Amino acid sequence: MLATTVLLVSVITFLVFQVLPGDPAQIILGVDADPHQLAALRQTMGLDRPVAERYMTWIKNAVVGDLGQSLRYQRPVADILAERVPVTVSLALLSLTLTLAIGVPLGTLVARNDGKWPAVWLSALTQLGVAMPSFWLAFILILVFSVTFRLFPTYGYIPWGEDPLGALRSLFLPSLALAIPGIAVVTRYLRNTLLDQSRMDYVRTARSKGLREKGIMYRHILRNALIPVVTIIGLIITDTLGGSIVVENVFALPGLGNLLITSIGTRDLPLVQTLVLYIAILVVGINFVVDLLYKVIDPRIRLKR
Amino acid sequence: MNVNYWLRSKPLVIGGLLVILLLLFMLTGLFYTPYEPNEMNTAMRLAPPQASHLWGTDNFGRDIFSRIMEGAQTAFLIGVSSVSIGLTCGLVIGAVAGYFGGWLDEVIMRFIDAMQAFPGILLAIMLVSVFGPGLNNTILALGLMSIPSFSRIARSGFIQYKEFDFVKASIAKGAGAWRIIIRHILPNMVSPLIVAASLGFSGSVLAEAGLSYLGLGVQPPDPSWGRMLSEAQPFIINAPWYVILTGVVLTAMVLGFNLLGDGIRDIYNKKG
Repeated sequence: MLATTVLLVSVITFLVFQVLPGDPAQIILGVDADPHQLAALRQTMGLDRPVAERYMTWIKNAVVGDLGQSLRYQRPVADILAERVPVTVSLALLSLTLTLAIGVPLGTLVARNDGKWPAVWLSALTQLGVAMPSFWLAFILILVFSVTFRLFPTYGYIPWGEDPLGALRSLFLPSLALAIPGIAVVTRYLRNTLLDQSRMDYVRTARSKGLREKGIMYRHILRNALIPVVTIIGLIITDTLGGSIVVENVFALPGLGNLLITSIGTRDLPLVQTLVLYIAILVVGINFVVDLLYKVIDPRIRLKR
Repeated sequence: MNVNYWLRSKPLVIGGLLVILLLLFMLTGLFYTPYEPNEMNTAMRLAPPQASHLWGTDNFGRDIFSRIMEGAQTAFLIGVSSVSIGLTCGLVIGAVAGYFGGWLDEVIMRFIDAMQAFPGILLAIMLVSVFGPGLNNTILALGLMSIPSFSRIARSGFIQYKEFDFVKASIAKGAGAWRIIIRHILPNMVSPLIVAASLGFSGSVLAEAGLSYLGLGVQPPDPSWGRMLSEAQPFIINAPWYVILTGVVLTAMVLGFNLLGDGIRDIYNKKG
């Protein structure tokens, strides 16, 4: 399953870039290049060989981490990636932490006060949370927190090694902008699973034993309701990675998304191709891990087998 | 059809109203805008909202309200066309996978899984980076991007309905596969497909805004809210209304179609 998906992802990524109009060698050397030079470059780039063979070479190199040279930076792609990956990964992790740290208590709050007006309004707010484009949310956060209150920088990134607190400050607003749609999704989803669980027989049993409401909520209902939430975490991480492509550009964070867009701008398509492949494989990998996690957390799934 | 029953669903009413308002806003823009959307006025650069320019002006002194009106046409055009592409392809793919099943289903679903490994906008970015930006390519990219989710919905519908007695009866009467798919099963799937189309519409509008913000989507002179937002970003401090108003209209459209979709789903879930 995992292997087939990864294989297909790589084939799709490879083939999409094959239909590219124009010759990559020509793009590098320019329109009025010397035909001998062109032929030589085509040979070093492997453009004279059949598509299937080129795919095999490309994928073999991608697996061993030999990603070739970037056309624009004239540096090995692997080195460039090593600089960029930590930024995107910190952004995604911080955003996921915010999503869960805010979404879970909020969902519990809404479910406990189901039907009362603050909970109804909060539910309505979650609709707004998924409707706002994350980059526009980022603008609004900049306006409120950076311009008005001067709490966070408006753009830029400070590496963790230099100043951990500064790094956290520079990543906070972008993570929050990315987290808000996720918070809305978790809140709404958890509310529904909590309400479903609270109608179960085991809750009635717990009540008839005379357990306190708070104990029932946190020790019994919440534990069961959180299990299905794990399944949407994979979805949220996927969305976060997609969203970070745009949000990194709002805050000029030197991550993978920022690199992707600059590379498209400079027509550095080998780099674009590699980035797309790696981001997609990252998504497949994360979803696989989430599936495994789900099996570990919910003992019933293991028993069913 | 019981109108009162429909009016009791809050998401449906609010979403429907938002969509109707935006539709009127867009249609009005076809015939009338307060100013010519591209008319520059250097004496009125970054003017705040006032009587002559209700929503202020941008860095070239162009009327923001008129430009947002014109942008609505692009948003609707992109939403409708990309959903049409996604829905049509998704229906054919979903029908083949769901109705015929077997190894074909297996192959198609593996492929759909792989396509969904590209997080939302990444697939569109990849396609646009190869085909080049512009209105038509953006529509094509967003249409292709939405095929997997439409295919899944269509497939599950066909799997569910092909076991029904009315389908078995048609087979017994000698009806062909495509006749059953189109004449007998498809009419039963209208509600879930409308819901999917509505949610797909808002997804496309959001993705277009992102693409155009990055400079990969709609190009000038075609108007686009996403590009307006990227033009507004440098003036976020001097002209916050530019960023805020453009985004509010964009959010209103996404919200409207999301609520509309949710509302319709609630109603047919309760009935079914």
